Amino acid sequence: MVKKQYRSAGEVTFDVFNYLILGIIGIAAILPFLFVVAGSFATEAEITKRAVFLIPTTISFDAYKFIFSTDTIVRSIGVSLYITVIGTLVNLFFTVTMAYPMAKRYLMGRNLFLNLVIFTMLFGGGMIPTYLVIRDLHLLDTLNALILPGAISAFNLIIVKNFFQEIPVEMEEAARIDGCSELGLLWKIVLPLSKPVLATFTLFYAVGHWNNFFSALLYINDPSKWPLQVMLRQIVMLSQSAAGDLSSMDPNFVQPPEQSIKMAVIVVGTLPIMCVYPFLQKHFAKGVMLGSVKG
Amino acid sequence: MKQGAAIGTAEIHAASNYRSRREVFFRRLKRDKWLYILLTPGLLYFLLFKYVPMWGVLLAFKDFQPFLGFWKSEWVGLEHFRTFFQNPDFFMLLRNTLVLSLLNLVFFFPAPIILALLLNEIRLSFYKRTIQTLIYVPHFISMVIVASISYVFLTTQGGAVNEFLYTVTGSKIDFLADPNWFRPLIILQTIWKECGWGTIIFLAALAGVDVEQYEAAVMDGASRWRQIWHITLPAIRSTIVILLILRMGTILDNGFEQIYLMMNALNREVAEVFDTYVYALGITQGAFSYSTAVGLFKSVIGVVLVLGTNWLAKKFGESGLY
Repeated sequence: MVKKQYRSAGEVTFDVFNYLILGIIGIAAILPFLFVVAGSFATEAEITKRAVFLIPTTISFDAYKFIFSTDTIVRSIGVSLYITVIGTLVNLFFTVTMAYPMAKRYLMGRNLFLNLVIFTMLFGGGMIPTYLVIRDLHLLDTLNALILPGAISAFNLIIVKNFFQEIPVEMEEAARIDGCSELGLLWKIVLPLSKPVLATFTLFYAVGHWNNFFSALLYINDPSKWPLQVMLRQIVMLSQSAAGDLSSMDPNFVQPPEQSIKMAVIVVGTLPIMCVYPFLQKHFAKGVMLGSVKG
Repeated sequence: MKQGAAIGTAEIHAASNYRSRREVFFRRLKRDKWLYILLTPGLLYFLLFKYVPMWGVLLAFKDFQPFLGFWKSEWVGLEHFRTFFQNPDFFMLLRNTLVLSLLNLVFFFPAPIILALLLNEIRLSFYKRTIQTLIYVPHFISMVIVASISYVFLTTQGGAVNEFLYTVTGSKIDFLADPNWFRPLIILQTIWKECGWGTIIFLAALAGVDVEQYEAAVMDGASRWRQIWHITLPAIRSTIVILLILRMGTILDNGFEQIYLMMNALNREVAEVFDTYVYALGITQGAFSYSTAVGLFKSVIGVVLVLGTNWLAKKFGESGLY
């Protein structure tokens, strides 16, 4: 209906500019990353000749070959994958097991538990006391230090709890009459019904683990246990050589230009996010909207 | 609740009432034992990683000596706070924090609103969805990657931006070390990373606007500008107000990772904020008590601001958060 209305010249101009500006903004959002991808495939000559380019004239995989031949980077990718997979499983376990009882309105002490959780969103011990607790638990320099201290996000917990609460009580009662146990109820009724919300949080938790830099900076001193994000900073920002152990490498191998190595590491650090992004995008609007539901 | 009512009607005298209450307690504990078993790991997590550190803030009032441990270290009262407030660093931190927050408020805060308004004017839903897909991407990129991309392009040693500047003007600008460039860089990074994502909440509010309102406005001969001014903007006004108030509550938070990553010896004077200061003194230099005091100061002000602004939000007729 609106489309068929007469539009003044001013409005047409506005539309043209609006489409144009948003197109530019959209491209600007991913352009730096495209430059980095292009640079990661470039040769030394190319980088010296042209500062910025989107399509390199000769495509070289040397930077990637180099990255995957170094112990340090490959190991840090392994660490990142480990904390992402195990960490996300831990997150889901802790979040679901705590959210499920808290969704029961008849549970004794429910309000106390809820307030206990909400208070942590308002006030926290801070960096140093938390660090000392991790230290006293002998978690420093272990990968558990990257997984356990963030096992539950209070915010996510409350959203999952609210979601569980929405499940009709009748379904539970029917299952109970059929002789379903409490755990069976959670496993066979509640979890299957919560697939969309759990998928959302799986993705958000996983992205959080992959991108986590802060915990590793605080709790991991041993370079062999650094996740990729910390390694990235060492290589790109502190220009530390990526070649940890040169002796293990092919002596004929010529080191590719530093700029393309840096760019290739950035690409490797972003690639998993780009792979899950289509799935994320499907879910996140829902996740954000869930956040507005109050308990 | 049903059990409670049953006890009330039983009308038994006080002593046995106490006993039966206890019985009810244990009966319910037994009935819901699986629920409590499920609850245990989560509760332990919160106690161990959230409440023990909270109690650990007492360190701020002690002179923590690693060889004495927490218990035997001496109480010093407010001495660390006194030292901190008398330290010239305090004003540097406060200034840097407030300047960054203010710049964020002026330059970053309106950006998602404007972007959402522009997006809302797009009628081609395919085009709109494509743009949305693109502008949400940076939100999911880690801060390390954002800082790394900035470094790669802005460095004076072969960075694309400086190579370009050199061919055009014949000189280079050390964006990464020059203190004058620190704040603009931080704001630009924030806008690039979060502006698109920030539109979601406004677009959701706009999705709830009845199309008939626009149709009626068109019938009355209202131009596009008038429609934006009288229909679209009022629809997101309450969202803007509440986000603005909430932002006030987090004015002392400047995102540790971003500042830590972009800070170096040359721009420290404008870059250092409370969190990076706590990290530098506590973790790197081992001044646990002093840095805990600094962190506690920040947290307490933060709580006061959040509660205060939440109260304000309710005054404005918004639902608030707590």
